[in-house]
Amino acid sequence: MTATSAPAPAAAPAPAPARRPRRRVDWGKYFTWAVIVWLLSPIAFMIVFSFNDIKGRHNVTWQGFTLHWYADALAYPDLTRALVNSLLIALLTMVFAGLLGGLLGLALGRYTFRGQGATNLVMFSAISAPEVVMGAGLLSMFLTMNIATGFWTIVVSHVMFSVSFVAITVRARVLALDPSLEEAARDLGASAWTTFRLVTLPMLTPALMAGGLIAFVLSIDDYIITTFVSGNTSTFPLWIWGTTRVGTPPQVNVMGTLIFAVGVLLAVVNAVMARRRA
Amino acid sequence: MESMTEPTTAAGAAEAPSPPPDVPAIALEGVAKTYRSGREEVHAVSRIDLEIAQGEFFSLLGPSGCGKTTTMRMIAGFEDPTEGTVRLKGADVTRTAPDRRDVNMVFQSYALFPHMTVFDNIAFGLRRKGTPSDEIRRRVGEMLELVELSGRERTKPGRMSGGQQQRVALARALVNRPSALLLDEPLGALDLKLRQAMQMELKRIQRDVGITFVYVTHDQGEALTMSDRIAVMNKGSVEQLGDPRQIYERPASRFVAGFIGTSNLLSGGVTDASGGLVTFPVGESGAVCATAAAAVGDTVEVTVRPEKIALHTARPDGAGARSRVPGTVREVVYLGASTHYTVALEGGGADGAGAGPELTVFTQNAAGTGDGPGRGDRVWLEWSPEHSYVLPA
Repeated sequence: MTATSAPAPAAAPAPAPARRPRRRVDWGKYFTWAVIVWLLSPIAFMIVFSFNDIKGRHNVTWQGFTLHWYADALAYPDLTRALVNSLLIALLTMVFAGLLGGLLGLALGRYTFRGQGATNLVMFSAISAPEVVMGAGLLSMFLTMNIATGFWTIVVSHVMFSVSFVAITVRARVLALDPSLEEAARDLGASAWTTFRLVTLPMLTPALMAGGLIAFVLSIDDYIITTFVSGNTSTFPLWIWGTTRVGTPPQVNVMGTLIFAVGVLLAVVNAVMARRRA
Repeated sequence: MESMTEPTTAAGAAEAPSPPPDVPAIALEGVAKTYRSGREEVHAVSRIDLEIAQGEFFSLLGPSGCGKTTTMRMIAGFEDPTEGTVRLKGADVTRTAPDRRDVNMVFQSYALFPHMTVFDNIAFGLRRKGTPSDEIRRRVGEMLELVELSGRERTKPGRMSGGQQQRVALARALVNRPSALLLDEPLGALDLKLRQAMQMELKRIQRDVGITFVYVTHDQGEALTMSDRIAVMNKGSVEQLGDPRQIYERPASRFVAGFIGTSNLLSGGVTDASGGLVTFPVGESGAVCATAAAAVGDTVEVTVRPEKIALHTARPDGAGARSRVPGTVREVVYLGASTHYTVALEGGGADGAGAGPELTVFTQNAAGTGDGPGRGDRVWLEWSPEHSYVLPA
C-alpha cells in the first residue's frame, strides 16, 4: 500500500506511457456508476433531509443544515412505539421464519418425500401471490377464527409470507452441499444429531443468516399485509403512511437513516466474517 | 516410523481382545444389494463372497457401475445389504450404524469439513470417542508427520492443494486406527504425476501402519501397482479374485482380459493338437500356437499381452511351435521408452481378404534399435505358445 511513495526498482527505465493511441471509451464504467447513483439517490435524499432545518410541517424543500432532529429523535412517542413494534416484529419474524424455513429448506433439499412437489408449489405461490390478496385473506381468516388482530397476528402473517424466502435460500445451499460430508462425520463416529450439530448446521449457517436477514427486511418495511392484520397496533411504515397527508416529520428520516446505517454496518461485519471463514 | 507402528498395536490390543490372525478383517457372505427403480429391480451387487485378510492391501477393480463402490459402502455401513452378512473381525455388523463400525473411509471428494482447521478435521474422530486432549494433540501430530504435513494444523482445507487435501483425508481416517481403511477412488481427482507419487505414498503408509486397506478404483494400473490382491468386478459380481500377476497374466474371463491392460483376443477352430499344444489358423498364412487341452475341431479363444509379441519385418524362420501371424501396421505411437503398434491381421473373411482382428504390440526402444516399421508396412508377429493364454470357455 506504499506504492505511491516507494521507489519502483523493478520497473526501472519505465517508458513514458503517454503515447498510447486513442483510448477507447469505457462505457461499462459509466454505466456502472449510473446504476449505483440511480439505486442510491432515494437513500441519499432520505439522509440529506434528516438534516433539513425546516420551519413548517413539510420536509420537502431544503432550508438549511441542522442536527436538531437527531437530538430530538424521540419527540413523537407514537413514532418511537411504532418503531419499537416494527423492530420486535421483524426480530420475531426473523427467528421463526429462520427456524421454520431452515427446516423446510433442509427437508426439501435433502429428502424425496410425498407432497414435495405440492410444498414447492405452495411456497412459490406464497411468494408470487399479490400482497393485497394475502392481506385480505389473512384478515378474513382471523375474523372467522375469532382471533383479535394486533401484534401477534402481524408476527404470524409476516412469518407466513417470509418463510418461503428462507426455505428457498436454505434449499439452494443444501443442494450444493457434498452429501459425503455428513457421511464422513458418521463414518468418524458422530451420531446423527452430532453430525447435524457439528457439520450440517455450520455449513447451513450462511444461508440461514441470509434467509433470516431477508425475512427481517421484508417484515420491517411491510405495509400492505400489515394494514389488514394490525388491529390497533401501529408499526413504523403504518405510522409514516398515516402522516403523509399532514406532513412527515424529519424524525422519520432520522430513524430511516439510523436503520440504514445499522444495515450497512451489519453487511460490513458479515463480509469481514465471511472473509475470515474462508 | 517406529513410533507409529508401536502405539497402533498397543491400542489394538487394549480396545479389543486381539482376534486370532486367521480371522479375516472383513468378510462378505452372500452379500447382495438390489435397488428398486420404479417397477424395475436393479442388482447393484449380486451375492458376493469375499474374505479380506488383516493387513492386506485389497482392491475392488472394475468399470463404473460394476458395484464396487456399493460393495465398499456396505462395508462402511452407508448401504444396507438386501441379503447376506457383513463381518468385521468375525463380528456380524450387517445392521450396525456407520458410526459404530470400526472402519474408516477416505472419500473420493475427500469430504473434509471446510469450516474446520486441518487439526480439527483430523481430531474429529478422536473427539467423538472422548480421547483426552493431550493424546489427541499427540496423535494428530504423529499423523501429520506421517503424511508430511506437519505445521499445517491451523490451515483450512480450502487453502490446500488437492494432493494436500487428500493426505489430510487420509490422516483423518487413519488417526482412529480402524481395523480397516476404505478408500473410494481417492486419487481420482489428482493429476497423473501426483497420482503416481501418491500410489507409492499410500503403499508406504499402509506398510507402516499395517492396517487393512480396501481400495476401490477403476484404474487397472493403480490396482496392479499397489494391491496384494484384486477382485475384478463386473455387473455386480466378482469376475476374478487373485494377486496382480494372476489377474494380469491369467485372466479368468474375456472381460478381465479386456479390462486389465490391452487385450489381444484371437479365436479359431483347432486344426492340430499334439503334446498339449494346439494350433489354429489366422487368415491364410498365420497360425496361433497355445498350450491347451483341446481337441481338433474345438474352438479356443486366446489372449496375448502386447509386450510378449515380437515384431518382424520379414517372415521369421519357422523352427519350433510358435505363433506367427502376418499383418499391416495401422498405427505407430512413439512413447519414448517404448513404441506401441496397432497391427491389423489379414484374413477376417473366409477367402483370407478383408480386415481381420487388430493386435497391439509394445516394443522397447532399447539402445541400438533403429527405426521400426512405419504405417502401412507389412509385418510378422511372433510369440511363444506359453504367452497365448487360453481363456476358460
